[in-house]
Formats: sequence, structure tokens, C-alpha cells
Amino acid sequence: MPVTSPLTRRGALAAGFGSVLLPAGLSAQAPAAKPSELKIGITTFLSGPASVFGVPGRNAAEMLAEEINREGGIGGVPIRLFFVDEGPGIDHLVGEFRRLVQNEKVDVMLASISSGSCLACTPLAEELRKVTLLWDCGTQRIFEEGSYKYAFRSQANSTPEMMAPLLYLLKHKPDFRSLAVVNQDYAWGRDSWELWKAAMDVLKPGVRVVAELFPRFGATDFSAEVTRLLALRPDVVLSTSWGGDLDTFIRQSAERRLFERSTFVLPLAESSLERVGRLLPPGHIVGSRGDHWHQHPRPADPAALQRFVANYRRRFNAYPIYPTYHMAQAFSALRAAYAKATAANGGNWPSDVQLAGAFPGLEFDSPTARLRIREDGQALEPQLIGTTAQDDRFPFPIMDRMVVFPPETIMPPVGQKSLDWIRTLTADAVSRVPDPVRPAG
Amino acid sequence: MGEWFEQNGALLGLALLDGIASAALIFMVAVGLNLVFGVLRVLNVAHGSFFAIGGYMAASIGLLMTAVGLPPWASFAALLLAAVVTGAILGPLIERFLLRRVYAEESVLQLLVTFALFMILEDLQKIVWGVQPVSFGGPVALMGTVDVPFAGDVIPYNAYQVILLPVVALLTLGGLAWFLRRTLAGRVIVAVTLDREAATAMGIDAGRVFLLTFTFGAVLAALGGALSAPTASLVPGVGASTIVLSFAVVATAGLGQIEGAALTALMIGIGRSVAVTFEPELEVVVPYLIMVAVLLLRPQGLFGVPETRRI
Repeated sequence: MPVTSPLTRRGALAAGFGSVLLPAGLSAQAPAAKPSELKIGITTFLSGPASVFGVPGRNAAEMLAEEINREGGIGGVPIRLFFVDEGPGIDHLVGEFRRLVQNEKVDVMLASISSGSCLACTPLAEELRKVTLLWDCGTQRIFEEGSYKYAFRSQANSTPEMMAPLLYLLKHKPDFRSLAVVNQDYAWGRDSWELWKAAMDVLKPGVRVVAELFPRFGATDFSAEVTRLLALRPDVVLSTSWGGDLDTFIRQSAERRLFERSTFVLPLAESSLERVGRLLPPGHIVGSRGDHWHQHPRPADPAALQRFVANYRRRFNAYPIYPTYHMAQAFSALRAAYAKATAANGGNWPSDVQLAGAFPGLEFDSPTARLRIREDGQALEPQLIGTTAQDDRFPFPIMDRMVVFPPETIMPPVGQKSLDWIRTLTADAVSRVPDPVRPAG
Repeated sequence: MGEWFEQNGALLGLALLDGIASAALIFMVAVGLNLVFGVLRVLNVAHGSFFAIGGYMAASIGLLMTAVGLPPWASFAALLLAAVVTGAILGPLIERFLLRRVYAEESVLQLLVTFALFMILEDLQKIVWGVQPVSFGGPVALMGTVDVPFAGDVIPYNAYQVILLPVVALLTLGGLAWFLRRTLAGRVIVAVTLDREAATAMGIDAGRVFLLTFTFGAVLAALGGALSAPTASLVPGVGASTIVLSFAVVATAGLGQIEGAALTALMIGIGRSVAVTFEPELEVVVPYLIMVAVLLLRPQGLFGVPETRRI
């Protein structure tokens, strides 16, 4: 629990006069009165195909908020959530972001699932001088191409999320000679392939890319793609697809025995395992967009992980998937930042700028690891990759031969862009891949 | 050209198989939309919702049948039952209490009303079925695969997709053509389609025709959704992507033309699978390239006839 102390009369007067007398640009730096409630705006997909992630994210937020409030809130202040749907598009999102900050006076924003949404929200965070935690979006461009004082990310980004499965593949199936990609036709599908292709060309030049397929986002039939892959027989099929698209692709590939001909690499398949069940056979590589899974082999805090999983399952009748852990990370980062900023402010409630100042170098706990936010605002989060296996305890495949990649080994250092860093990689990157860990229990 | 066929003929054959299977589902949805527009002259955006709800219903009924221990073949009955239940409940309700109030209004208002309905039904789907993908693979597993020889190897195809779906689409096309041209009820519908005023003057109850046609269109869309449930995962938004493609088919076919819808669905289905095989980047735009090409040459659509505009 963070240490708190009530605001003194002198502090309150200073805060009050400060907000009245100082120009708007400086008032953010004035001492802040401890609010009666901490308002948190959360942008997430509540409609459209991406609500398969957005709604579990919202569910986790509501569950965590209740737990935090039962414990007295953050720094003794109960939290209140405001949700915004990313589904209607960027224009709507930007308008709602402004409304929450300017009209509802939210204290912190958590944004977003879509990379496009995050790219739109981070400049707003700066303009409005409102602390904004990027809780789930993947694009690495944000902190590589810009510098932000109020925007931070509490999880990894696309670069480590693609480097980890590639290194895992190179380590565990080094002899593959051909590869086909089947990604959704939108920014993530294209960008993730660009990262993978650049790194693969450096680490294993000469791999023949036999097909680059980008079916329509939200496609409900992959028959033609599966036929093409059956005819081409690539050693490896890569797909960074997710949601219904990935489920359908797995289903149709299984029914037509494509899994018998090629090794699949599915970096986001953790979120589909429970739904596709035994259709996804053993021996294929899956990832979880981070260092989290309900059967994590060596969680930093096993009791915390068990509690989170049990609470989520009891409430929502499903295993938590990666956006729920990302939401938990964001809440954990927020609590840690308020505690740090309050302590640095002599026990007084921090202003926006003081809160923002707490994030660089901030360390916080997820149920599975201790994470750190770098000076550029980007968090260092390990990546968990494994190979599918059957386990009689579960009606769906689990991950075996799991490798937890330390974040420093799979992402560029501060100040370097991902594609530039990838070009500097050598075969050592593969030899440094940690040994696999067996599942617990 | 001959050399190209020698090298790629077998691949083209595989693409045709995929295209036909894909076309069957496209046809099932688009023909209902086309029929409804032909008779009611209302472009129904909520048609995509019937597809989605039909799919969700099929998955729910199919999973329920499996859970209570009914024999595996009952899963086929689940598909049909889902379509009939969805169409027979939603169709009359929507036609009677919503569309009937806007027949006389501007087409823009009609479009907005059906769009609002679409949004409401999207939320209804989320309330009932949640946001996680839903599927029901029973019929596909039951029918197994057929192996098609290819380059000294075989390519397995789902019998469900390459046999059952095209057969159902052909039966629907034949049945519709027979119904509309050989039965009294069908001729009444055609009469209302061709000239509503004259048909009404002859004593035809246009309101009843509208109700039956709209319900039938809803059943067809729901059947398309139900038939897709065994091969695809249903998620929020599936209705939106379906309606966009259906509009492309209807515009290309000619409004109210069922044979046109069949031919257009075939062109789009095959066009997409050929694109995946030979030029994957074009897959997403193929339906719309076909639409643009056809409309440039025949603005009234493939099978449409130019209409005299009444002023």
C-alpha cells in the first residue's frame, strides 16, 4: 500500500491559488489537492472484431478497480473508470479523449489497443499535459520516432514481440528453408511482417519466402490461402493474425491437414488456445505478446498469478488472455507511479507533471515479472514463447518448452530504431536464446 | 498462353474449386438482399445482421444438440433450423413494425433506418453471444475431406465446402427460379417487382407480398450465416463485412436479378481465389474491380434492364 498523508491547509491554499493565478501551462506543475476520486479514462475496443481483446481488457479493468477500491484505492483515493470505444474510429476516439480530459477531468488516460489509436493519442497526451499509459498497442514507432513527457507504455512493443518467436524458431527448428506468411491486411499484419522479414534476412539469409498472403481483415474463409499453402508446402507458416481470423485459419488448416505439412509460428495464439481446443495440434510455436500466461513456468509471484487467474475465471468464466494481463500491468504501473510521485512530493498528492516524472525508470510488478519503464517511456517486458503440447488437465493445447526472453536481448536500446538495430544483429542473438522451461506442475 | 496453362493449369483447377465453394456462400446472402430490394425497393443494411445472427444461432443450436447427445447428423438440421427460426422471427417483426412505416419515405431515410437497425442488432449479438469468436465445426468433421490429386500429391478439401455448399446454392437458385416463374405466389411477387401500382390495382395485396418476401430474404441470409458457422468463427462485425460484399454482388448483378446474383457470386468467388493463387495483393480488391468493370460496361448491372425514370 502506498504511504499517504492528508493535504495540509497551507498546501491546499497553495494549490487553490496556484490553479487560479497561474497560467494554464504552469498550473500542471502546482501542488495538487488530493482528489476525492481518481478518474481513469480507458480507451479500448468495445465493438467490432477487436472487441475480442477490448472487452476482456475492460473486464480486467473493472475487476482490478473493484479490488483496488476494496483495498482503499490508489494512495487512499478510490478509482473510477471511464471507458471509450475505439471501434468507431480515430476521429471519435480523439474527440472522446479530449472530452474525458477537459470535461470529465480524468486524472490519467489508459490508451489503447490499436496502434493507430495510440499514434493519435500520444500527441494529445502532450498537448493536454495528461499522463497517458499505452496499455496494449504494439507499434514500436511511438517512442522511436517521438519523445514524450506525458506518454508511457507499460508493456512491450512489436519488435520484441516478433524477435522472440523468430529467435525461438531459429533455435529450435534451424533447418527450415522456406516460409509463407498469412497476416491480416492492416497495419499490424504488414508491420509485423516487415520486422520479421528484416530480422530473418539478417539472421538466416537465403530463406525462400514462397507466399506473402494478406487476406482481408475480418475474413471468414481462408480456403484459398490454405490450398495455396498445401500446394507450396513451406517448411514454416507464419501468421500474426488474431481473434476470429486466427481461429478460422487454424480451424481450416487443421481440417485440411496443413499442420502435418508445415510448422506454424503464431505469435498471438495464446489468446486463441482455449477456443480452438484440440484443433491446434502439438509441435507448433505460439506466443502471448508478453510474459504472461495462466500456466507460466516461473512467475515472479505465483500466488498473485493464481489469484488473478482464479478471480478472472470465476467472474468471466474464461481464462485470462494477454490484454487482461496488459491491463493489470497498466494498473500496477499506475499504482507504483503514484506511490513514487507521492513520496517524491513529500507525501503530498502529485500534480500531473510530478506524476509524469515518476514514470521514467519506474519499476513495477506484473503477476509474472518485475518490469521497468525506460527513460524513453517504453517498458521492458520479457516475452514468453512455447511449443504447443497436449495435457490431459486441459481441453486445449498448452505451451511446452517455454522460453522467457529477457527484454534487453530482443529490442533496441534507447535511441535506436528497430530496423537499424535489427541490421546490427549477428548469429550470437540465436546462441543467447535461453534454455526452455517446462510447465509448472 | 499454352505454356502458362501447362505450368499453372493444375493450380487454376484448385483455385476454381475454392472459388466455387466461396461463391456458394456469397450467393446465399446476396440473393436474399437482391430479392428484397427487387420487391420492396429498400436497400436493407441490416441484411448482414441476419447473416450474423443465423450463424450464431446455428452454432448455439448445434452445440446444444451435441450437448444433449443427439446423433451427429442432427447438426445439419441445426443449420436449417437456425436459418428458419432467425428469419421467421426477425423478418416479420422488422417488416411489420419498422420498414412498413418508411416505404413511402426517401430512400436515404430508409437506408438510415436499416443502418440504425443494423447497429442495434450488432449490440444485441454482443449481449447474447459475447465478443469471443463462436464456431461449430460438427458438419465439417462429419463430412470429412476429399483428396484432389495435385503434382504427384493430394490436396485435401473439406467435403462440406466443395460439395455441400455448392449443392445447397444450386438448389436454392433452382428452387427460387421455379418458385418465381412457375407458382402463383412467385408470379405475384414478380408482378409486384415489375409494377407495384399495376399489381395493386389488379387486387394483389402488396403488403402481404412485402412481408413474405422480406421474411424469405431474411431466411436466406440467415441460412448463409448458418452454413458459414461450421467453417468460420463468428465475431462482432462479421455482419458488416458481409453486407459490403453483398452490396457489391447486388450492384454488379443488377437489382432484383437472382441469376445475376449467382453469376456475380461465382465471378467474385473465383476471382478472389485465383488472385490468392497468382496475385495475392489483388485479393481484397477483386470483388470491387469486378463491380467497377461490369458497371462501366453495363450501368444497370449484368442482368439488369434500364428503367424509365418517372418524373
